[in-house]
Amino acid sequence: MTKLLQWLFGVSLLVAGWALVSFDLLDLKLPQPYREVAWPMPLYLLVSFGCYSLATVGYRVATFNDCEEAAKELQEQIKEAREDLRKRGLKM
Amino acid sequence: FASPWRKYSVLLPTYNERENLPLIVWLLVKYFGETGYNYEIIVIDDGSPDGTLEVAEQLQKIYGQDKILLRPRASKLGLGTAYIHGVKHATGNFVFIMDADLSHHPKFIPEFIEKQKEGDYDLVSGTRYGGNGGVYGWDLRRKLISRGANFLSQVLLRPGASDLTGSFRLYKKKVLENLVERCVSKGYVFQMELIIRARQLNYTIGEVPISFVDRVYGESKLGGSEILSFTKGLLTLFATT
Repeated sequence: MTKLLQWLFGVSLLVAGWALVSFDLLDLKLPQPYREVAWPMPLYLLVSFGCYSLATVGYRVATFNDCEEAAKELQEQIKEAREDLRKRGLKM
Repeated sequence: FASPWRKYSVLLPTYNERENLPLIVWLLVKYFGETGYNYEIIVIDDGSPDGTLEVAEQLQKIYGQDKILLRPRASKLGLGTAYIHGVKHATGNFVFIMDADLSHHPKFIPEFIEKQKEGDYDLVSGTRYGGNGGVYGWDLRRKLISRGANFLSQVLLRPGASDLTGSFRLYKKKVLENLVERCVSKGYVFQMELIIRARQLNYTIGEVPISFVDRVYGESKLGGSEILSFTKGLLTLFATT
């Protein structure tokens, strides 16, 4: 099953469950509180996911390592390499 | 119990890397030399107009034809075919893939090797995002796009690897042969597809944090068209794998 199909399947299950409870499709006569909580769930979940995404990406950008040392080390090694290669006969 | 034979082939696709090629080769020779492992460097030049091949020939004279192999092509034919071409000529049983522009540092090679041995991994991926991996030379915009794109890829594809677009990796040769044949994408998405297909085939993936020193970014900004083609590629992978 492709990821797309997995998502469609999962979303269908959630939508079916939500519709069942919100609109009382099976005539289960569920208590009103259940229906009141279920009804706005899709919106809540979307908004929560949106906030989670922003927070996660924001955190990851803020803590993205800057490799200052690596850049310096590279510069020094480039000098060393050029010198050594020159000695070995490389014409640049 | 005889220890199994190991030889590492490093594939270096090059295009206009006249300045960088000697430097990356020097670093590879240094770090492989320190580990004592058997290795070879395969330079796959796509007809660079700046004389990269000529520099490669000089390097061959300096380091030997058994260490530096030249397998050039007439024109720019893309990374996927460069890997296929390179792997055909590799005499090692392990293959390193990396960039020739010094953004990937050979000092991580011993870490890749040890990691691979540790879990007998089918592939080891260098990650800029996990552990103490990182980048140098990226502004806020670049970091934001990179993290955002990676987050989206993680949510949609759940790949089990933290850095999908990275291209500093170690593969078992048979694994790479198998994967490259099946991959059809281009650019960043090609590297992603390699990991996704590896997952599909139940290959094991290990990770090593790496530092990515970007000296090229200033010249090639990440523009709208690249973002668009990345998104198209991501959605294609989402719908087909």
